[in-house]
Amino acid sequence: MKKAIALITLTAAIASTSHAGAVTLTIACGAVGQELELCKAGAARWAAKTGNEVKVFESPNLTNDRLALYQQQLAAKSSDIDVYQLDVVWPGLLAQHFVDLKGKVPAAEVNAHFKGIIEANTVDGKLVALPWFTDAGLLYYRTDLLKKYGYTAAPKTWAEMATMAKKIQDGEQKTNKAFAGFVWQGKNYEGLTCDAMEWLVSFGGGTIVDSSGKITINNAKAAQALDTAASWVKTISPQGVTTYGEEEARGIFQSGNAAFMRNWPYAWALGQGTDSKVKGMIGVAPLPSGGARNAATLGGWQLGVSTYSKNQTAAIELVRYLAGPAEQKIRAIEGSYNPTITTLYKDKDVLKANPFFGSLYDVFTSAAARPSGPTKGKYNQVSQAFSSAVSDVLTGKSKGQAAVASLATNLARIKGSGW
Amino acid sequence: MTTNATTEPRKVVKTRGIEAARARQALWLLLPTLIAIAIVAGYPLWRTIFFAFKDANLTSPETATNVGFHNFWFTTEDGIGIGFLQDPKWWQAVKNTMLFTVVSVFLETVFGMIIALVVNGSFKGRAFLRTAMLVPWAIPTVVSAQMWAYMYNDSFGLIGRGLLGGQALLAEPDKAIWALIAVDVWKTTSFMALLILAGLQSLPSDMYEAADMDGASKWTQFWRMTLPLLRPALLVALVFRSLDALRVFDIMYVMLGPVNAASTSMTGYARLTLIDNSLLGMGSAVAVAIFLIIMVIVIIYVTAFRVKFD
Repeated sequence: MKKAIALITLTAAIASTSHAGAVTLTIACGAVGQELELCKAGAARWAAKTGNEVKVFESPNLTNDRLALYQQQLAAKSSDIDVYQLDVVWPGLLAQHFVDLKGKVPAAEVNAHFKGIIEANTVDGKLVALPWFTDAGLLYYRTDLLKKYGYTAAPKTWAEMATMAKKIQDGEQKTNKAFAGFVWQGKNYEGLTCDAMEWLVSFGGGTIVDSSGKITINNAKAAQALDTAASWVKTISPQGVTTYGEEEARGIFQSGNAAFMRNWPYAWALGQGTDSKVKGMIGVAPLPSGGARNAATLGGWQLGVSTYSKNQTAAIELVRYLAGPAEQKIRAIEGSYNPTITTLYKDKDVLKANPFFGSLYDVFTSAAARPSGPTKGKYNQVSQAFSSAVSDVLTGKSKGQAAVASLATNLARIKGSGW
Repeated sequence: MTTNATTEPRKVVKTRGIEAARARQALWLLLPTLIAIAIVAGYPLWRTIFFAFKDANLTSPETATNVGFHNFWFTTEDGIGIGFLQDPKWWQAVKNTMLFTVVSVFLETVFGMIIALVVNGSFKGRAFLRTAMLVPWAIPTVVSAQMWAYMYNDSFGLIGRGLLGGQALLAEPDKAIWALIAVDVWKTTSFMALLILAGLQSLPSDMYEAADMDGASKWTQFWRMTLPLLRPALLVALVFRSLDALRVFDIMYVMLGPVNAASTSMTGYARLTLIDNSLLGMGSAVAVAIFLIIMVIVIIYVTAFRVKFD
């Protein structure tokens, strides 16, 4: 009997090791805020479960720097990193270096994620990565100040928001000179592309380049959207808004010096922190409409498996686990990271930690994607040309109509013979 | 020459032999260094020049194709200029870098000279002052640039809010260049002062005593003695600082972000092209252009001022 048990355990042990392969994988994940701890914890859970080992490679914080590093690793066909954390605008740029997950991950598992995000990760029919967490632009507002100035609800349109911001700003500036009505990301960088995309789409001005690759920016609605945004600078937004990124805007809002802020969901958890001056006074709403619809730009991160990985099967298993419902739930509760799996937005525990997730479900599902898919490897150039043109309008160097016209020419130059 | 040498007296031949042996020895001792330079400097430089004439992408360099001078200057059939020399942004970057270099190096030299003259005198606490003045220079540029970006912030910055009452100096790149020059002057003046101070220390003090005896004023002493004698040290310092300023990158990148940095500094433009846009060929062409520009400026400096580096 003893012998039999020993034999069974031995066979089981052999079977399980040969099944898992007991490999060592390396994952490159971000280190912004709680990202690294959550990534390490998640990887450790999978490792404990499967008997493999996972090393975590710390990437630089700035997404531009991270991309540069990844590109060097990938261009050198390095097998050092098996799993990469990818920005939602990178699949078009890096597709050739990643394993096609279509067919390797069950269809039901893929379809559990938001359709739009899966589309953003699909390049020429190839599923480059699995969504890990998502982001969408949101309007943050001060519930106490809205009440103080006689408003009962968040603004529905940009015009309404501007009126409210002006009234609150004028009132508050009597006692606080540094108070601003509305802060957002106006610095000339990727963040401005995200903000300006939201204005365009909300006015019905298209998405710079449409899904077929046609340059659509030169239209009256787009020009109107940019002129509207320019009218905020120096009226409801400080002049310096054209130098702000996410953190500058959050710093001002969180220190109680702004009525409205455009930012990503991460600002919620931090705004409720103990050192926040506006704790318990923050409301979150969809970004206002410019007449066409409420629009939020899609952000977020995915996990892809490098084609140069020596342990692709295990790496795919790790990606499936990390992007799976159990892991996404933990991340949503502990770090306010938006899940990409639709059903988690009905999960009681998730909603308890992030009350706005439920009411803003539509914002996350209908977020507008930047044209990184159709413009492929040239996306960064397109984004820079766009944010530079927007920046010119915001700083008063040109008017909306002239800016979109010259941008269209500029984009044609970048497009050349094709994307 | 060799036949001459054999006919000449033995003594000379012996010296030449020693010299030749020494030269051989020196070559052998230098060889590892030369090889190291060839590997770490020569090879990357050669690769950069190689890629400058290719249409290559950073993510897949192996698919590079030959395009000649297209990265520098090329107009398509539709009349679209795609070479970087046809990009107004590049010329703006060149203009701003030159402005930055000339103004910041000039101010650093003037201020550095004043500071050096002051700390060269003997007074109590001189050693402390000499150390303290190097603090801005010792702070890493990325840190000081971020520090200044916060100070310039129009909402909470010491300068932006405190001194200027809510003006955003960095909002417009054309005006921001002056704010960037201020940062560089703040940071590097002390380094310039140190270089000049080293020059001042080597001047003989008895010469000044003699000048005092002859009744020359301090002003005359400065213009007639100090400045001419300081010339070699000053020129070396100027060359170093100018080269540094031409290669400036971190101040612009940190304070303006990658896109605006590209129209404010040549290196910022190179980085944006090569890394952010993954245009390996075009970016290499830009790097080659920067290399040539800096080389030309060095040659002008060295020949016009007869700078001696030994």
